[in-house]
Amino acid sequence: MTVYLLCFVLFLVGLYGVITRRNLIKIAISLSIMEFSIFLILVLIGYIDNGLAPIVDPGSNAQVYVDPLPQAMVLTAIVIGLATTAMLMAIAIRLYRKYKTFDIREIKNLRG
Amino acid sequence: MEGMSTIVKKVSQLVAGIIFMYGIYIILHGHLTPGGGFAGGAIIAGAFILLILAFGSSALNLKKEVAGSSNTESVAILMVVILAIMSLLMGIKVFFTNFLPKGEPGTLLSAGVIPLYNIFIGIEVAGAILTIFLALVIFKEESSK
Amino acid sequence: MELTISIILGFMIIGAIYAIHAKDLLSAVIAMGIVGYGLVICFLLLKAPDLAIVQIVIETITLVIMVAVVLDSTRKELELPFDRKSLVNMVTGFVIFAGLFYFFLHAIEHLDPLGMHSLRMAEPYVNGAVELTGSINLVTGVLFDFRAYDTLGEAVILYTAALGALTLLRMKGKKTV
Repeated sequence: MTVYLLCFVLFLVGLYGVITRRNLIKIAISLSIMEFSIFLILVLIGYIDNGLAPIVDPGSNAQVYVDPLPQAMVLTAIVIGLATTAMLMAIAIRLYRKYKTFDIREIKNLRG
Repeated sequence: MEGMSTIVKKVSQLVAGIIFMYGIYIILHGHLTPGGGFAGGAIIAGAFILLILAFGSSALNLKKEVAGSSNTESVAILMVVILAIMSLLMGIKVFFTNFLPKGEPGTLLSAGVIPLYNIFIGIEVAGAILTIFLALVIFKEESSK
Repeated sequence: MELTISIILGFMIIGAIYAIHAKDLLSAVIAMGIVGYGLVICFLLLKAPDLAIVQIVIETITLVIMVAVVLDSTRKELELPFDRKSLVNMVTGFVIFAGLFYFFLHAIEHLDPLGMHSLRMAEPYVNGAVELTGSINLVTGVLFDFRAYDTLGEAVILYTAALGALTLLRMKGKKTV
């Protein structure tokens, strides 16, 4: 149970960053940290004691394998995470060129 | 963006080919060993990114490169949809059916259409990551002028 | 197993806290690397080699892109005074944390303990998957046969993100004075 609790703490650290930071780069980092904690908790749920990695050996008898469903879901989510982070970076560098700052509150005031 | 020193250029020239071959191996053996289209595509994109970082952006025609990579990923995702529609037309009328013969599990030529999906998804992932990276590089070049 | 993963998670939490509080944006990005590469070790220990390969490559590319953006703009974190708005933000944050923690404690009762997972949903995916798909890698079988719609949606999202980045960065904005 401590593992799930620590995963939840990692999620809360990311959420704290999103709520309190005002720098766009820091917000992107916090979003990535939240993503990582979700990946880890999904894979932890699918783990089975003494289970094998989900690659079947055709010759051998039936054995216990780790649940492949959460792994397949996380595999797509990791690649989507890269795409969203790259999108955020594109938006951030574009805003920096226009306003010369990463501060979101100042960008909101300078709008126009 | 400036290129790096001669030693870095030579070593990255030697290493990038090996990384590229490793990516192709990961994609082709996706149904037998850990890996598949997503991992292999990211590795292939990594090989190109290594070359761009080492040689600098002045060594290549960036506009042509980004047009090529975005066209490649468009064609790849179109091929995935065409494969799905082909399985709708052949055999039972369901999207994403495995309509080719399965073969013997554990050999390279097995699992029906799964290796084809792996190849096209790999090309798509590589093209998408490379397009984003090249767009960032072009933006940096144009704004520093 | 539980102890090892707890220790790695502890390091990841320390790295995350440092990444959020660092005064230098470059060191914040590098500290995010601690979290990402720690995740790779956790995946290897949890018998998920597919995920470990993907995560280690993707993390490296993410770091390259973020370092490029930080070096291109500025490395300094904003120097902000501690005013009333940030106090309101912090209080809001801790209220949300308390609420989430309450729901977490209720949700965790229905979860199997680590390592005692029962294959309720994935039973048909594991048994007979080799005969149905012909692929001995079960993750690839699930990804491209049983749940191919997920994969198509993922590919479309990736394509849209690439086009979005291209549009954002290549369009001509209004001239800044």
